Amino acid sequence: MERRPLSRLLPRAIAAALAAILVAAAPASAGWLLPEAGGGSKNAEDIRTLYALILVLAVIVFVGVEGVLIWCLVKFKASKGRVAAQIHGNTRLEIGWTVGAAVILVFLTIVTFIMLPGIKNPPASDIDADGNPISASNAAFAATDQSAPPEGARMNIKVDGQQYVWQYTYPDLDGKENVYAYTDMYVPVGMTVTLDIASNDVQHSWWIPKLGGKADALPGYVNKTWFKATEPGRFPGQCAELCGRNHANMLANVIALPYDEWKAWYDRQAAELDEAEQAAAEGRARLAEEEPDQAAGAESE
Amino acid sequence: MASVDYAARTRPRPQIITGEPRGGEKGWTSWVTTTDHKKIGIMYLWTVAVFFVLGGVEALLIRVQLGAPDNTLISPEKYNQLFTMHGTTMIFLVVVPVWAGLANYLLPLMIGARDVAFPRLNAWSYWMFLFGGIALYASLLWTPPEAGWFSYVPLSTSEYSPSGGQDAWIFMAHLTGLSSMLGAVNFICTIQNMRAPGMGWGRMPLFIWTILIYSYLIVLALSSLTATVTMLLADRHFGTNFFDPTEGGSALLWQHLFWFFGHPEVYIFVLPAFGVFSEVLPVFARKPIFGYKAIAAATAGIAFLGMLVWAHHMFSTPSATIVLAFFMLSSFVIAVPTGVKIFNWLATLWRGTIELRVALLYAVGGIGTFTIGGITGIFLAVFPVDWQLTDTYFVVAHMHYVAFGGSAFAMFAALYYWFPKLSGRMLSESLGKVSFWLTLVGFHTTFLVQHSAGLSGMPRRIYEYSGGTLHVYNLISTVGAFIIALGVLVTIFNVTRSLRSGTKAGPDPWKANTLEWFTTSPPPEHNFDAVPRVRSVEPMKDYRRQVEELTGAEQRFEAGRPMANV
Repeated sequence: MERRPLSRLLPRAIAAALAAILVAAAPASAGWLLPEAGGGSKNAEDIRTLYALILVLAVIVFVGVEGVLIWCLVKFKASKGRVAAQIHGNTRLEIGWTVGAAVILVFLTIVTFIMLPGIKNPPASDIDADGNPISASNAAFAATDQSAPPEGARMNIKVDGQQYVWQYTYPDLDGKENVYAYTDMYVPVGMTVTLDIASNDVQHSWWIPKLGGKADALPGYVNKTWFKATEPGRFPGQCAELCGRNHANMLANVIALPYDEWKAWYDRQAAELDEAEQAAAEGRARLAEEEPDQAAGAESE
Repeated sequence: MASVDYAARTRPRPQIITGEPRGGEKGWTSWVTTTDHKKIGIMYLWTVAVFFVLGGVEALLIRVQLGAPDNTLISPEKYNQLFTMHGTTMIFLVVVPVWAGLANYLLPLMIGARDVAFPRLNAWSYWMFLFGGIALYASLLWTPPEAGWFSYVPLSTSEYSPSGGQDAWIFMAHLTGLSSMLGAVNFICTIQNMRAPGMGWGRMPLFIWTILIYSYLIVLALSSLTATVTMLLADRHFGTNFFDPTEGGSALLWQHLFWFFGHPEVYIFVLPAFGVFSEVLPVFARKPIFGYKAIAAATAGIAFLGMLVWAHHMFSTPSATIVLAFFMLSSFVIAVPTGVKIFNWLATLWRGTIELRVALLYAVGGIGTFTIGGITGIFLAVFPVDWQLTDTYFVVAHMHYVAFGGSAFAMFAALYYWFPKLSGRMLSESLGKVSFWLTLVGFHTTFLVQHSAGLSGMPRRIYEYSGGTLHVYNLISTVGAFIIALGVLVTIFNVTRSLRSGTKAGPDPWKANTLEWFTTSPPPEHNFDAVPRVRSVEPMKDYRRQVEELTGAEQRFEAGRPMANV
């Protein structure tokens, strides 16, 4: 009498224990057991939670199937005098495990769709367009007329994959136009960053593991994804779709800085681009004086 | 001298009277000109074995390069060529044609027929397969292809892959595709029309069921591939723009068309493997297969659903959420019939009397390994999770658990099970066990840690990486690859040894259930002198019982149990 509840409780107890271990040990097990996260971006965190949940179910199925398999080999090994049971099937049992498998999958479907919005939809930024924190506690101190609506502050960066480098084009701020950078993507902490991902040669795939999943860059398409780094830091990643011989060296880093530092970087980058642009223009002008024909050719290229 | 047991030798056995009508032709011309399904089957299997070794050597070179961080042993160009050749070889020249070869040999025997429906077409299928393989490998003399085995555009277009290697890849796909399609039509016609009297659909061996479904899948999927690579060929050389977005084409179109072939391809190479499991388990558990109808139905169900899941390879492309959701659900649904098969195999072992022969070990090892690949497939089917996992070593691990665990383990199970029929000689069981354990341990050493490498952010197809934990994972993986190689070498040694000096097998060394064991090993050119009659799904068991009733000679199973108890 006392055995039955135990045999029923045991799988649940194992599942609960596994879940507890996975959740408790999530940061430690990132990488070898669970997908990476840790930039504070909700999409990466939620994917990891969803993965951990599937992992719990997977371990139960794995232990069940492999256990029975090995048990059979040991227990039903041929020996003298043993007779094999001549069973051809059992309809009830077969319907049972078909339905059982289906139930697990229905459960996974429901959980996936419950968690999907948190992974897919960009949330509000923690800061406004000028870098001021938005929060309930902050609202009491800051000038209320400055606080943008939650959806207001968002930074859209155009990501362009090229053999073998990532180019980022930033939004125009303070009258500075067409500010761009390569490889290292500097972003403000707490800002929801949306990405428009494209390619102008072959296919690439944008991936920063700690800040969420991949988005392929295909010529002729604009793919979209987002992240929000809530902690400052450097988050490495690299191109995930074979794009040619130097695919392995097409690296990308997201570098999250406090807003002020980020703004300083942005201004510096804009100034450097201006200088380079002017130097190039002067070079072209000088060339035009010296060798007009060649310069005209260079201009039109 | 005195130890020869003449009584045992003359004991009545269920065997159809067979004899060679002619002396049997010998020499290389008898192979080149043959239309005999058995000779063609053996040529298929030897060709596959050669490509399997070539693909394996490529895999070892890949693993050597990745064994150390920032390794400069192999250049990026050579590395891309290596994994392209490895993937292409293993998919197009090993795991698909191996079943064509085995079915060639066994299909007419298992259904009690004299040959396949179109023997000359059958010979042509083989030669096209061989020339497809040669077309690919001839590129080694110039520049091998380097755009990966799925050759995504625009990387595979003439702008980014100008070398003829890509064209060699296209011709390989054309030739092996046509070979497979003609072979499939041949198998379908043979199965539909040439079964022995009494072999209704419900009495057909499960391996034949999987070959039938495999053939239908080939007709549907390979035709798509052949058209797709022709479009690429036209884009590369004849000025069309199917895949060029600047001219109104679409780069995504390639992925849809390719995976419309590519996913059914997975079932093309894994369903016959399931067929092998379904043949081997009942024989060595001395028990009928559990749920024959459910397994046959699940095979058809998997094939149908397998046509509807292709875009789960494309979850990170720009696609609408509704599309992602559809392909997640269809991929989930396919897990149900796959699970049903695994449960049926477990139930077949349950309460049997299991003889741990090498064929059974490989079958059970294959089921256990494939189960892990099936489970990781669920992770990949959940598209938000797939956004993290796709294009990483997690996927590399997953597909090797499916392809090696499913198809390659079944290949070895089939080798150890049917080798006595094909050659008339037994393989060494002890060498086979050594080979099995090396392969199993080597496999899991190689591929289990690759899940972790992928979770730690290692993408596929990178020729170098920086140190840290990735180095540990990759080093373990490299060591494992060499253990697999050792295991395979032991089997190659076993085969070459047994071909010369193996014990004579006799017609039915395993006391098996199906008709191929009803004739001599190897069978004569015409297979059977008289047409066998079929009264159940296990005709050999019926024949053994009949012989016992007629002669009073006890027909035993291996475990020493008389037939009468069955």
